[in-house]
Amino acid sequence: MDITIHTSVLPHDDPDTSLAFYRDVLGFEVRSDVGQGKMRWITVGPAGQPDTCILLAPPFADPGITDDERRVISEMMAKGTYGWILLATRNLAETFEKVQAHDVEVVQEPTEQPYGIRDCAFRDPAGNMVRIQEVG
Amino acid sequence: MCRPEWGRARTEARRLDDLARLRRVRDRIDREYARPLNVEALARGVHMSAGQLGRRFRQAYGGSVYAYLMARRIERAAALLWRDDLSVTEVCFAVGCSSPGTFSTCFTELVGMPPSAYRRRAATVGAGRDGHWPG
Repeated sequence: MDITIHTSVLPHDDPDTSLAFYRDVLGFEVRSDVGQGKMRWITVGPAGQPDTCILLAPPFADPGITDDERRVISEMMAKGTYGWILLATRNLAETFEKVQAHDVEVVQEPTEQPYGIRDCAFRDPAGNMVRIQEVG
Repeated sequence: MCRPEWGRARTEARRLDDLARLRRVRDRIDREYARPLNVEALARGVHMSAGQLGRRFRQAYGGSVYAYLMARRIERAAALLWRDDLSVTEVCFAVGCSSPGTFSTCFTELVGMPPSAYRRRAATVGAGRDGHWPG
């Protein structure tokens, strides 16, 4: 078997602001952008790594999601308890400074964690937690 | 012209906006736990009264603003006590607590033993800078 982890999915509630965060703040390239209005599926990823993608997707596209579930998911996204992703960089201090220079919500400055990593954290515009850890 | 679903949509939008403000308070606690934060200052930051913030935060997250702040501080304190060569008092101030008594009580409640005992245990199992914290 030869399976790779290719695409992770994060929900958005406003495709343009999410796109701006991943493209302009994190510097990702946009690989595809389909749909319209709130129903947009946008694939982004770091330049030079075509096999690693994040799909920014509308959270309620599945018609099997009930009104109650839709409300709960919306509330969890707003509260910041729904989506999250772990990214990595070779130079955490520099990455943190570059990201922080934009109008973004910082959740945690670079910190040595007791479980052996050093990381920082931001919120994306949809309320997803974006943690960035340092790798050698 | 006033369809009921518009009213519902407006109410829902307001509710989500309120929740996003609470998220900003929670994130600010995560970011600034080591500073002298209090509920009044946190509430001012999101244009709520202290009472409103307290009530809404508890409704949304199931615990008080102060409990969340202290949990962050104690979590960080446990990491510092496990790893660094700092005294309990130094750690207490490093995580933003101004009262060693309150710090100790809170630590004992959340971790299950007083900070001094926790620090001794860390030293016994040879934690130190390269050691792993059990979580």
